[in-house]
Amino acid sequence: MAEVRITGLHKRYGAFHAVRGIDLHIRDGEFTVLVGPSGCGKSTLLRTIAGLEESSQGTIEIGGEVVNDFRPRDRDVAMVFQDYALYPHMSVAKNIGFGLKARKMPKPEVEMRVAEAARMLGITPLLGRFPRQLSGGQRQRVAIGRAIVRNPRIFLFDEPLSNLDAQLRDEMRGEIKRLHQDIATTMIYVTHDQIEAMTLADRIVLMRDGLIEQQGAPLELFERPASTFVAGFLGSPRMSFLPGTLALEGSTAAIRLADALLPLAPGRGLQDVADGQKVLLGLRPEHLTRAHTATPAQGTFRYEATIDLLQPTGSRSYATFRLAGAPVMAELQAHDVSRPGEKLAIDINMKRASIFDATTERAL
Amino acid sequence: MAAVAPARRRKRRSLPIGRILLLGFFLVFVLWPLYWMFNTSIKPSDDYLTVPPVWFPAEPTLVHYEAALFTYRGLDGLINSLIISLSATVLSALFGTLMAYSLARYNTGGRHLSFWVLSQRFLPPIGIVLPVFLIYRGVGLYDTHIGLIIAYTVFTLPVSVWMMFAYFRGMPKSMEEAALVDGCTRWEAFWRVAVPLAAPGIVAAAVFAFIACWTEFFFALILTSRTAFTLPTVFRAFIGFQGAQYGEAAALAIVSLVPSIALGVLAQRHLVRGLTLGAVRG
Repeated sequence: MAEVRITGLHKRYGAFHAVRGIDLHIRDGEFTVLVGPSGCGKSTLLRTIAGLEESSQGTIEIGGEVVNDFRPRDRDVAMVFQDYALYPHMSVAKNIGFGLKARKMPKPEVEMRVAEAARMLGITPLLGRFPRQLSGGQRQRVAIGRAIVRNPRIFLFDEPLSNLDAQLRDEMRGEIKRLHQDIATTMIYVTHDQIEAMTLADRIVLMRDGLIEQQGAPLELFERPASTFVAGFLGSPRMSFLPGTLALEGSTAAIRLADALLPLAPGRGLQDVADGQKVLLGLRPEHLTRAHTATPAQGTFRYEATIDLLQPTGSRSYATFRLAGAPVMAELQAHDVSRPGEKLAIDINMKRASIFDATTERAL
Repeated sequence: MAAVAPARRRKRRSLPIGRILLLGFFLVFVLWPLYWMFNTSIKPSDDYLTVPPVWFPAEPTLVHYEAALFTYRGLDGLINSLIISLSATVLSALFGTLMAYSLARYNTGGRHLSFWVLSQRFLPPIGIVLPVFLIYRGVGLYDTHIGLIIAYTVFTLPVSVWMMFAYFRGMPKSMEEAALVDGCTRWEAFWRVAVPLAAPGIVAAAVFAFIACWTEFFFALILTSRTAFTLPTVFRAFIGFQGAQYGEAAALAIVSLVPSIALGVLAQRHLVRGLTLGAVRG
């Protein structure tokens, strides 16, 4: 149990600047997910916390102690690797107990704790087997067992589920979440999968090019993305972006697309904006519904759409249409739409829409 | 599919004949000299060069073995060879493993050091034998076991390093990293995780080193005389002015095969895995 405080962290590999000044405070017991596209520095950051990489600049504190010069073994962290990194020449029991043995724990206690960890993860029958005799999910469990048996201050996960098939991934994701609920230890989890990030995290730290783009609770990032990058990264299918201009008139504001004027909900605090400013309107598929009322509700904009493309998923259908020349995707009830080419009245919930500056791509 | 299958089966059925012929030819090619050597080693001297040849002696004899081992000091050579080859093999595997690990994990010396190590093999031995001889004379290593052990360790090291280098390169780093996080020091992670996993590679490298030392003739000839002489140098004695001692030569050759074959059999399981470099699976 410990908090982690990272201050001004940089990591360079020769000319390549992988982490470019990270300040991050992870509270005790928090489940933090570092997420971002590949090459954004999230794994490097995690490995630097583990001590597997040396930082080029900045400090890392664990539990109030600067650990920059500590060896990985002295940081009291446990790590689960993407390829599980089980020791192929040792049985499952030996794999799990390896860290305890390396720390010179008496044998009876090692056995007791290995048995306890195995029980927690439901892998007791596997203890005598070797890693090559296990399935991917079982290996992952062993890797997690190896981490929890040591009762470390911090758990680090480096894309632990990316080698599993989709079904197993869902299952293990749930188990990791439950594990965190049970042991309430600080966990730092790296993934490029936005669904993992959304479902697991107390807090998401979204990284891009070695910097933190935005951090906060998953819904906060989802509902109030700080930039088009964040908005596009979280959410599936992706948010649609429509280029337009801002139309300010007294106290009312609207967004002018090529042939439509979309009024913004009153009271929407837009700061430092000018009339005619180029903006991007961000609409998530779930912000759009089929109109069922005679007149649009307050804060919604009704548009007569012609569906270009339909992607049914069973319960819902993703319908793409053009709004002012740009493609927009709407998530509709499956029974609301039947075929491409259909004309529908679509209600756009402008209260939830995001607006970004077209040049800086930051939220307004 | 149904139309394709019979044609394919016919094709496959015709294969074994070709394969048997090829393998048969290969076996004869490989085993014939061995048979002939063994045959000669137990023939009475008069039967060496008869026409037609004696395919198997009517009265097998062990006199050539006795002469080769005792009269010609083959046994001393055998013992020297074992001491020197085994020592050099152990040292070569030890240093080779350490050096290869360092090159593979820390990129020690950049590209140039690893290439320099291999480049040692480009050097024709004859180019350095004279200086080595002079140095050995100067420092008292001439005709000593230690002297030859040092020389053989140095000669076999490049190949050991390169075999092990490829092995460690192919081994995922994450297992050692897991060990580091788990509580190992750098040394423990190497010793308790990397080395056991590299065992097949180490064995393969060691077998190669042993065979190289065991069959080395040139340096043994120049750097030893009456004390530290190795088995290959004993063979010189069998060719004299008056003719060749075929029986003794064959007998000693048979004896010299024994350790190599024993080692090969012992290490076979590891050898196959070691030669499929770096094939570590979880």
